[in-house]
Amino acid sequence: MSELMVGTRKGLFALAGEPGGTFGVVARAFAGETVENAVRDPRSGRVIASVTSAFYGPKLWYADDPGGEWQQAEGIALPEGGDAALERIWTIVCGEADGQLFAGGDPGVLFESRDGGETWALNRALWEHPSRPKWQPGGGGLCLHSIVTWPGDPQRLAIAVSAAGVWLTDDGGESWRRGNRGLRPRYLPEDTPEDEIGLCVHRLHRAPARPERLFMQFHGGVYRSDDAGESWTDIAAGLPSDFGFPLAIDPADPDCAYLIPLTGDTDRVTPDGVVRVYETRDAGATWRPRGEDGLPSEHAYLTVLREALDWAGEGQGLELYFGATSGDVFGSGDAGASWFNAASRLPPVLSVTVTPG
Amino acid sequence: MSSRAGRRLDGMTQPRHDDARPREYAAAMPVVRLRQPLKRLAGDRAEHPLEGATVLELMHALERAEPATGGWILDERGHIRRHINVFLNGERCEAQTPVCGADRVDVLPAISGGATA
Repeated sequence: MSELMVGTRKGLFALAGEPGGTFGVVARAFAGETVENAVRDPRSGRVIASVTSAFYGPKLWYADDPGGEWQQAEGIALPEGGDAALERIWTIVCGEADGQLFAGGDPGVLFESRDGGETWALNRALWEHPSRPKWQPGGGGLCLHSIVTWPGDPQRLAIAVSAAGVWLTDDGGESWRRGNRGLRPRYLPEDTPEDEIGLCVHRLHRAPARPERLFMQFHGGVYRSDDAGESWTDIAAGLPSDFGFPLAIDPADPDCAYLIPLTGDTDRVTPDGVVRVYETRDAGATWRPRGEDGLPSEHAYLTVLREALDWAGEGQGLELYFGATSGDVFGSGDAGASWFNAASRLPPVLSVTVTPG
Repeated sequence: MSSRAGRRLDGMTQPRHDDARPREYAAAMPVVRLRQPLKRLAGDRAEHPLEGATVLELMHALERAEPATGGWILDERGHIRRHINVFLNGERCEAQTPVCGADRVDVLPAISGGATA
C-alpha cells in the first residue's frame, strides 16, 4: 500500500492504494486552503505540510496522521522589521542528518529544522548573500523550489532558485557558491555575461547512485551535470519540447531521468493534447515517451507543476506519480511502462509526494 | 474614519455600541475582537482589551499577550496582511488609525482573500 500526499489549491488530500490498482482518498486536511507541498518523513512517520492561507500567510504544520490534529511549526518567518515578508514555502525535503529537514520558499529562502519539523531556522548565509539584490522572481515568485541533498553527507547541498540559478554548499550552508556554468537562457540576449544571476531553473534532482550527477529542467532547456552542479551539459535533443517543470529519477540507475514536457513558456500544456512522460536510460543521450498504456492520448491539455511528480522504489518496480492542475493524478507501478488513474476531479494539483508501503 | 476622528477631537469616550462589550473594561482599554481561527489561537477568547494608541499598536499588543497569533495578522515587516481587514467601531480603518479607551476593533478576513481559484 503506497500513500500519496496531494497538495491542492483547496486542501491536502491523502490517498492510499496499490500501485496499478485502486487509490482512494483517506483524508482531507486544510480544507479551502492552498497546500503547496506535504511530505511524510519516513524516519519519524510525521507529515509536514506547507499551507499558504490567503488571509493569514504561509505556515508549516506537522501531524502524525494527516486526518488528525496538526501543530503549527515555529520559526517559519523572515527577520522582523525588514522590508520583506515570507510569501510561501514551496518545498519540504528530508535531510541526511537525524531529524533534519529543509524547506525552501519565496523570496528565495531556505529554512532548516533539526527536530523533525517542529522548529525551523532561516539560513542566514543565503539570506544575506551579497548578490541577493540582483535576484529576480520568476512567474511564480522568487521561489527556492529544489533542495538536493548528498547521500550520507549533510554538509553538501545543491539548491535552485527561480530565477537566481543553482547554489552549492559544502559546509552545511555556512557559505554558498553558484553552480551555473554551461546554462544558456534563451530568454536573455546571447551576449549576456556568463555570471548573469537571473537563471530560471525549474527543477533539480540528484542521482543518488552517482551523487555527483544531477539532472535539471530549465526554463527552456534540459541539462545534466557530472561534477556535482559546477557545470552543465544540454541533453534536450530528442524531446518534443525542452520546456517543462517536474523531473524524477530512478535511484537505482544514475543514467535515468523522467520529464513531462510542456509545449513552451507561452503555452504551458502537454503538447498536442497528448500526455507523456519522457524517460532517458542513457543520461540524456536519447529520450522515449512512456504512457501509451494508460495516459491520455488526445484532447488532454494538462499542466503539471514542478512539485507534482514524485517517485518511490527503484528499477523495474519504480513507482511514479504525477498530478495536474486539471485535478487528475496518474501513477505507474512499473517504471512508466503502464499507467493508471489514481484520482480525478480533485482541486488543481500543486504537488504530489509518495511514501512507499 | 471621519466620525472616529471627530469623536477623538470631541473628547468622547463612550463607544457607540458599548452594549457589545463587557462592563468591567468598557472605559479602560480598546477591545480587539476576533473570530475563528484567530479566536482559537488567542486562548479561545473573542474579546481582548489591550493597550495601544493606534490599531497597529493594538495588533502588536495582541501578539505579545497571545503569542500564538504571531504572524497571523501582521507579517514580518509589521504590516497588516493584505487580506485582513480591520474595522474601528464598525468602519474600515488603517494600521495607523488612532484608538482610545472606548474603541472596538474588529479583525476580519477580507472577501478578496478567497479569490484564488
